[in-house]
Amino acid sequence: MNPLNRLRETWRPDQVFDIVQPAPTFDKSLDTKHGPILYVEDISVSFDGFKALNNLNLYIDDGELRCIIGPNGAGKTTMMDVITGKTKPDSGSVYFGQRINLLKLSEHEIARGGIGRKFQKPTIFEALPVFENLELATASNKRVWYTLNHHLSGEQRDRIDEVLTQIGLTAHFNQEAGALSHGQKQWLEIGMLLVQNPRVLLVDEPVAGMTGEEVEHTAELLISLKGRHSVIVVEHDMAFVRSIANKVTVLHQGSVLAEGSMDQVQSDPRVVEVYLGE
Amino acid sequence: MLTQRLLLSDRGGMLVLGLVVLMAIIVPICNLALPSSSPFYISNFTVGLLGKFLCFALLALSVDLIWGYAGILSLGHGAFFTLGGYGMGMYLMRQIGDRGVYGHPELMDFMVVLNWEELPWYWQGFDMFWFAMLMVLLVPGLLALAFGWLAFRSRVTGVYFAIITQALTYALMLAFFRNEMGFGGNNGLNDFKEILGFDLAEKATRAGLFVASAISLVLGYLACRYIVTSRAGRVIVSIRDAESRTRFCGYQVESYKLWLFVFSAMLAAVAGALYVPQVGIINPGEFAPLNSIEMVVWVATGGRGTLFGAIVGAFSVNYAKTFFTTYSPETWLFILGGLFVLVTLLLPNGIVGLFDRFRRKGDK
Repeated sequence: MNPLNRLRETWRPDQVFDIVQPAPTFDKSLDTKHGPILYVEDISVSFDGFKALNNLNLYIDDGELRCIIGPNGAGKTTMMDVITGKTKPDSGSVYFGQRINLLKLSEHEIARGGIGRKFQKPTIFEALPVFENLELATASNKRVWYTLNHHLSGEQRDRIDEVLTQIGLTAHFNQEAGALSHGQKQWLEIGMLLVQNPRVLLVDEPVAGMTGEEVEHTAELLISLKGRHSVIVVEHDMAFVRSIANKVTVLHQGSVLAEGSMDQVQSDPRVVEVYLGE
Repeated sequence: MLTQRLLLSDRGGMLVLGLVVLMAIIVPICNLALPSSSPFYISNFTVGLLGKFLCFALLALSVDLIWGYAGILSLGHGAFFTLGGYGMGMYLMRQIGDRGVYGHPELMDFMVVLNWEELPWYWQGFDMFWFAMLMVLLVPGLLALAFGWLAFRSRVTGVYFAIITQALTYALMLAFFRNEMGFGGNNGLNDFKEILGFDLAEKATRAGLFVASAISLVLGYLACRYIVTSRAGRVIVSIRDAESRTRFCGYQVESYKLWLFVFSAMLAAVAGALYVPQVGIINPGEFAPLNSIEMVVWVATGGRGTLFGAIVGAFSVNYAKTFFTTYSPETWLFILGGLFVLVTLLLPNGIVGLFDRFRRKGDK
């Protein structure tokens, strides 16, 4: 954006200055009265001329479980990067509730505000025991001076125990996280999101590399989260997506190709074309 | 509960700290109370040498805190150490008064040589001990704050960070070599007379400095231990192991790195301030990039990521250095280089790691 445009943008007559507006505060009363909790509108991102996202529009309702599928390079991970503040888009807007503009916040602010993210490859703190992994992730004051002197409250401890049960790792709470099996690591990472009490969970390929039984357990876990949290799952495994989703969004070349129930989507000729080729 | 957390849960640390305390008691007694004919007499030279090692151990602790725990390799800690040393040196210079070679009541000898009329503004206040000590902490602390803020905010990490810290200390060295800077140019500051009214040539003063260094090392160790055993310490280790995960857990990674870096710089500065009165000189050569690299070798040799390992490393490498530079000076650099290669290849956890391995084998 050149300086002249920036000036015009700043002095737009239909807006007040940012400094006059009240600072966005994350609290329990996130404004979702119109339904969606996350508004992703007209987002475009390009890397060296390659359009990773192209006018992407996506609305996620409060408490829904949404699956996002699409071939490689469709922009699924980039979309998550934009929502969590890792990548700043070239244009478009992302709102959390109706008032909080996520594009103005940094990664840790977004995370503290209630959007949790699970990475494709399980990333946990391998050197620490399972319990301490959850302890570090627990929602609390995360400033330097605070963490230097404070310990868990009883309430937070209860929440950690609850999540341990939910992810089925109660028996392993004292074990070094690096020694867990692949599936258990994935659940631990989901648990680390849960103790942050997020409103929205972004889950990238949760069942990659899991055994059949583990996949089943993960499906149950994600379904149980529906309602309390909004969950966005990006996954390649079609059988898994079918087992958990009632609404599926198909991304292709950086924008939404189709949206609807699994059956609707699978019978859409455009989707078939993208997946199978002509 | 605090003693449990800081000491009892850390057997190696207790052992090393115990040895330091023992040394702080025995060395001055053997030096001051025994006649020089006694077989247990410890010479002034040895007291000075061990005192130097204690300062180096504190310095190694500061490097280990930032490198071993946060995974930030700083190759510029010599800069903070030397700045702390200059702060103390400036105080000691002001204590000389009119006893300099030129007998000027206020100006240092090198200022008289440069035909300066009055004391530069940044030398004001250094005649007061408390002010000088405040500056010893503040100047390196602020430098680390500004430098770290710029580097961490731009997410400069790994080898790039190491290189710019080298550049920092090199730039400071070139600046301090200039006479116009007003820090004595390449001669630096020397010919000190007394500290807090005590004659620096006196045996008892030197023993006092030795004890002060030992106390600082113990306090510095406990402070570092407090940090690494707190929740903040676990966040720091998490940043080292999985930075993006920590960020997405809602921690502001940059501010953790920044405060740890500032604390570590101040610790290094304290070590420098204790070092200068014991060796009697500070000059820009201390800023040399090689010195900063040596500190990393101490930590790597002793055992990175365990605080007491840093102390063990500082003592053993410096003892070896003294030994080899006395008996065959030209081989020392080869030995240092060889040591670094050896430790990197064979002893990733240093000397401490070696003991751990033996103990674990013993347990089986």
